[in-house]
Amino acid sequence: MAMERKIRELKEKREKMLLGGGEEAIVKQKAMGKNTARERIMAILDAGTFNEYDMFVEHDARDFGMDKKNLPSDGVVIGTGTVHGNPVAIFAQDFTVAGGSLGLMHSRKITKMMDHALKMRIPLIGINDSGGARIQEGVNSLAGYGEIFFRNTISSGVIPQISVILGPCAGGAVYSPALTDFVFVVDNISKMFITGPEVIKTVLGEEISMESLGGARVHCEITGNAHFFAASEDECFSQIKRLVSFIPRNNQVRAAFTETIPPDAGYDIDKIVPGDPTLPYDVREVIRAVADGSDFFEIQEMYARNMVIGFGRMGGRTVGFVANQPMEMAGVLDVDSSDKAARFIRYCDAFSIPLITLVDLPGYLPGVDQEHAGVIRHGAKVLYAYSEATVPKLTVILRKAYGGGYIAMSSRHLRADFVLAWPTAEIAVMGPEGAANIIFRKEITSAADPDEMRRQKVDEYREKFANPYVAASRGYVDAVIEPSETRRMLLHGLEVSENKDVQMPWKKHGIPPF
Amino acid sequence: MEKRDTDKLIIDHTAYTTRLNSRFAARKPYTPPVAGRIQSFIPGTVVEVLVNPGDTVKEGDDIVILEAMKMKNRLKSHLDGKVVAVNVKPGDRVTKGAVLVEIA
Repeated sequence: MAMERKIRELKEKREKMLLGGGEEAIVKQKAMGKNTARERIMAILDAGTFNEYDMFVEHDARDFGMDKKNLPSDGVVIGTGTVHGNPVAIFAQDFTVAGGSLGLMHSRKITKMMDHALKMRIPLIGINDSGGARIQEGVNSLAGYGEIFFRNTISSGVIPQISVILGPCAGGAVYSPALTDFVFVVDNISKMFITGPEVIKTVLGEEISMESLGGARVHCEITGNAHFFAASEDECFSQIKRLVSFIPRNNQVRAAFTETIPPDAGYDIDKIVPGDPTLPYDVREVIRAVADGSDFFEIQEMYARNMVIGFGRMGGRTVGFVANQPMEMAGVLDVDSSDKAARFIRYCDAFSIPLITLVDLPGYLPGVDQEHAGVIRHGAKVLYAYSEATVPKLTVILRKAYGGGYIAMSSRHLRADFVLAWPTAEIAVMGPEGAANIIFRKEITSAADPDEMRRQKVDEYREKFANPYVAASRGYVDAVIEPSETRRMLLHGLEVSENKDVQMPWKKHGIPPF
Repeated sequence: MEKRDTDKLIIDHTAYTTRLNSRFAARKPYTPPVAGRIQSFIPGTVVEVLVNPGDTVKEGDDIVILEAMKMKNRLKSHLDGKVVAVNVKPGDRVTKGAVLVEIA
């Protein structure tokens, strides 16, 4: 009966490990609205698919009394499972064990999973809930972070990497999420910063709470470090599962096709966009009017709202939507909206997701603060990202497309595959008011009634240039279409570009304006 | 964050009806730097003020010692002139951009 005894022994050992930092620590964790590491993993993965590895890993630190400390699973839970049937590698730091602090073996467990994910070409999901470096382990702990950052970088663009911040993630630790594709945060639970409130207070004398410094809202609205905001862990887990449903498991395969569901009949696409180019509307309504099932999964909803990005499906295939948002800051390109769009474009290109760009913008945001914040180099990222993207690029010019903004938003000149324009499109160097004031300055200032003359000249310019037909006459626009033809034309464009093949000149890598 | 649908954003002489984000709505007009103002370039603590009102100073003279990030920074005069105002004393904690001493 040796077998039976040994099995019982194993079970006992497992039970002990499954308790993590012990019941008291778990109660504390729960009181903060937080689940335990293993509960979080189970909530994300399909039921019964989690396979845990390295449960019995132990640290061998000896200094500062660490030789007497037993840290179950060394404070991190790792393994593989599936999400909607797709295999994923996952790790979750266990805050109940020494505050989820990262020591050498802890980091080796994480990097084991990262290596595994890269080798198997499956997505990596990392749940961060850690006080930071395990200081008792000294430089070994720093080495651990470095090994993680290196793997994040090498895996970037090969497998999807998802970071979930469910507790503190401070100091150097923040750079792992920052290097990954998507960061999920939860209100009142997630905290991310390089230097905490204590240090800021002692060094600089500035007082700020953890929440105001690096809470979920801050990273969703101000810094742009996070991509998805949730009110609870449960909401966060369903967002993660939804994201996984849209993206392919690696850069060699396509995202899973679904059946084609037509958009809701309730959307009247002819009535969404006002004819007057100065009036606002919600561009997400246009996206919903053309997307399968009117389903749009928005990314960075609270950040740089003048640019809308996210996933949807067209004819059952995942597409990335990029759209100017006229109801926020008139939809201008500025530092933040450029960064937001450029990164998403590169994500879609890396993972073979076609891009659909909806254009309606007055240009770049004027101002000293924008110029000094580097709108030149940030704005250049959009040009770079669209130009180097070789996935199918479909552009619909809904209304205004002025100046540099026209060029940047997936224009023909950056090699868009299909450029469609609605009859309301105005493709010009600038709006009629601005243009008339420059071209006809002499006539206007010398006229007996300058205001009347200005009005006349503005109308003259509008009549001549504020339309899609000048661009269409040069072939910069492939077709001027009725709004109601948009979905059919986009579906056709995607079908035609199914086997798109573009050869780029050999290079080690480009030098994007980071 | 306050949301107003009736805000206007003017670009190239055209007024667009839209919402303004809080950062834009709260932006401060640009003010050119004034050579006679000795300002803190970093939040910190004033350790020493080396001049008194009425003192004559030369370009390059040390005016204030400001401690920040455990470093003692010597803030120097950008011009020859007279100290017209001293707005801080040792021990004061100052924000970034605070005007510490004025020279004319």
